[in-house]
Amino acid sequence: MTTTPSRENYDFVVIGAGPAGLAAAATSAEAGLSTLLLDENIGPGGQVFRAIASTPVTAREQLGTDYWVGADLVQALRAGNTEVVQRATVWSLDRNLEIGVSIGGGSSFVKARRVILATGALERPFPIPGWTLPGVMTAGAAQTMLKSSALVPDGRTVIAGQGPLLWLLAAQILRLGGRIDRILDTTERGNYFAALPHAFAFLTSPYFAKGLALMREVRAKVQVVSGVAELAAVGDGQLASVSYVAGGKRETIPADLLLLHQGVVPNVNLAMAAGVEHRWNELQLCWSPVLDASGNSSIEGIAIAGDGAGIGGATAAVVRGRIAARAAVEALAPVAAAKLPPLATLRAELAKAERGRAFLDTLFRPSPQFRIPSGDTIVCRCEEVTAKDILDAVAIGATGPNQLKAYRRTGMGPCQGRLCGLTVTELMAQARAKSPQEIGYYRLRAPVKPITLAELAAVPKSEDDVKAVVRG
Amino acid sequence: MTKTVDAIVVGGGIHGCSTALHLCLAGLKPVLIEKDYAGRHASGVNAGGVRQLARNIPEIPLSIRSMVIWEKITELVDDDCSFESHGQVLVAENEDELAVCRARVAELNALGFTHEELIDAAELRRLVPAVADTCPGGVVSRRDGAANPAQTTTAFRRKAEQLGATVREGVAATNIRQSDGLWHVDVASESFAAPVLVNAAGAWAGKIAAALGEPVPVETVAPMLMITSRVPHFIDPVVILRGRKLSFKQFKNGTVLIGGGHLATPYQDRNETVLDWKRLAVSARTVFELFPVMRSATIVRAWAGIEAKMKDDLPVFGASSRHKGLYHQFGFSLHGFQLGPGAGAVMAELIVNGGTRTRVSDLGIDRFHPSTL
Repeated sequence: MTTTPSRENYDFVVIGAGPAGLAAAATSAEAGLSTLLLDENIGPGGQVFRAIASTPVTAREQLGTDYWVGADLVQALRAGNTEVVQRATVWSLDRNLEIGVSIGGGSSFVKARRVILATGALERPFPIPGWTLPGVMTAGAAQTMLKSSALVPDGRTVIAGQGPLLWLLAAQILRLGGRIDRILDTTERGNYFAALPHAFAFLTSPYFAKGLALMREVRAKVQVVSGVAELAAVGDGQLASVSYVAGGKRETIPADLLLLHQGVVPNVNLAMAAGVEHRWNELQLCWSPVLDASGNSSIEGIAIAGDGAGIGGATAAVVRGRIAARAAVEALAPVAAAKLPPLATLRAELAKAERGRAFLDTLFRPSPQFRIPSGDTIVCRCEEVTAKDILDAVAIGATGPNQLKAYRRTGMGPCQGRLCGLTVTELMAQARAKSPQEIGYYRLRAPVKPITLAELAAVPKSEDDVKAVVRG
Repeated sequence: MTKTVDAIVVGGGIHGCSTALHLCLAGLKPVLIEKDYAGRHASGVNAGGVRQLARNIPEIPLSIRSMVIWEKITELVDDDCSFESHGQVLVAENEDELAVCRARVAELNALGFTHEELIDAAELRRLVPAVADTCPGGVVSRRDGAANPAQTTTAFRRKAEQLGATVREGVAATNIRQSDGLWHVDVASESFAAPVLVNAAGAWAGKIAAALGEPVPVETVAPMLMITSRVPHFIDPVVILRGRKLSFKQFKNGTVLIGGGHLATPYQDRNETVLDWKRLAVSARTVFELFPVMRSATIVRAWAGIEAKMKDDLPVFGASSRHKGLYHQFGFSLHGFQLGPGAGAVMAELIVNGGTRTRVSDLGIDRFHPSTL
């Protein structure tokens, strides 16, 4: 493993070492192409296989057998000659396939002939009243602490939301001896009926048995409240209680920690900043890149695999990584591609891995009241802009997230809309009775992750700069 | 069905919006046509400098006229546009640069312009305490400042519409033609006709002028800007350097805007720009050297807006030299934002009265004889 990229040019640069990125990098290295894998974490694995090479958790059953699949992927990658750089934050990518990457506080640029983005997913915003209070965090953040440091909550803990990750996290916390006082399930009752047409595919998918077992395991130990239709975090400067309505009845329970989760959405930040075309996905309620069957984006040379290409889960991500890499190998080295598994085989694997996805997407489609806030609920936490502020701006002419910047600083703070973007789009769409596709999204720009001025100032001068100085 | 209006303004930047607004104030009913949305390009994403300082002499009268409007901007558009006036300072980094500054101020004074003032090292230090000790002085324009460009352009657009302008956004003006003394323009399924056409289409204006038989030496450029995270307040005026490409502004909330004119690659047809990080690194190095307080600030965003730059860096402003009823207002060459309010007022005077007391005669399109192209 290296600390900085050893060269300025690569055939292949893969961004993200989660399931899709690991598979893509292994595939291209297998084909003999010069391959660089850049990943922001301290070790490979992404979120699903986080800390796969270093986790202190040794009892395999505590994190579940799926987690350990990642170890095989890492092994395969290490067998090849892929250059892997961890703690490498890619902050820029453009249509010339030039990549700005920060490693250990220093930035450099590498150029690729093909780029595969495997930037994974982000948790969907969950903008309920009080969600910015200390003591409220996302389930994903809790899972990160659990996987990398075996830290589990020991105070009064409430988990609220829905989706497979919520149940998985609850099971993982309980197995590691953590405390959960109550689970508030926000799944809309109507979703069960809407999802019925997809139930057969789901029942015959690997998700079903696993999901059912997880839910049973959790329900045996924790009180689960279903049909939660309203939710608020309450406290003065610190979470004190969680207030909710279920079955028409309001309840308030004291809590030190509230973990929120209502599914994940593609992490599109880098792809959008590069200029890749995206469209609104009405089923998954998020932006997804426009891709062909091999994951190629609207920009020549950039392909996207894994959850960043549309939520599909870890198993599908691995196959999509292989498919995208295979297509790219075919473009650069057709002879080498012939030795890789045939596309038809991969496509069949993908179809199998995606079985049951439509059911999950429909069942766990979050309700509008948990996606689209109102009143004084904060939307943009960087600049403390509320839902009402945004609706007021719409009333006097703001038509979309970018236009909104003429009225409010929404999306102009340190996170540049990476946290509030979906909320702003959906809120404005609802207020203007338009589709999110019509409303649009923030124009994202590099740096996709902030870099310091000192770091940019220290970028090595290019040859042209040096020449310009010599010429005086 | 063709709708007849008093004027057709093509381009919803600060200039088109300001002209539409001032035409309304003069009692006309214009239509404003913007292919994207008002302020989508340079007008909404520029550095927001409200600057009379260091301008080309032929455009100084327009700049001074504009400054008067800026100082009462709320009265005009019911919005303060976040305009703040803490002056703009041009910093000389050495004696040679200061000598150039001295000559410049003397030249302006001889022409009767007094807005630029030579300052010594002590006054420079008073105005910009954070500046490096080695700088011997510079020039200040004390009434200058900065505003929020997106807020400003949007405010002009909103006020124009309130006063009766018809605004069409998201559809391009096509098939621009003159017949029977009227200008005709198609906007999607609609058609507008008017005796007056104002070409304020920014980076797209050169094509319109050329199609109407008035080609000019213009290129499309995309100057880059960066904004940082909040840092403790350390500077009030906008600072520009005499010798290097850098402009610098700290906002009230602590964020710092770094510009100066390094260029991105524009892809005009896609409304897209590709940033040149190696050039932005040059700006970062300059700030790093001059303002140590900035070193640990993080850069949260970099961007570039698409605009028109003339070969002589002067705008094309005034009546067409070929067609009756056609007016040009484009090519502001990286310094058009401050001119917007005044240019709209003067353009309305040219259209309504046939003349203006503000000297703009050196900015006309007739300065480009075909032999100069």
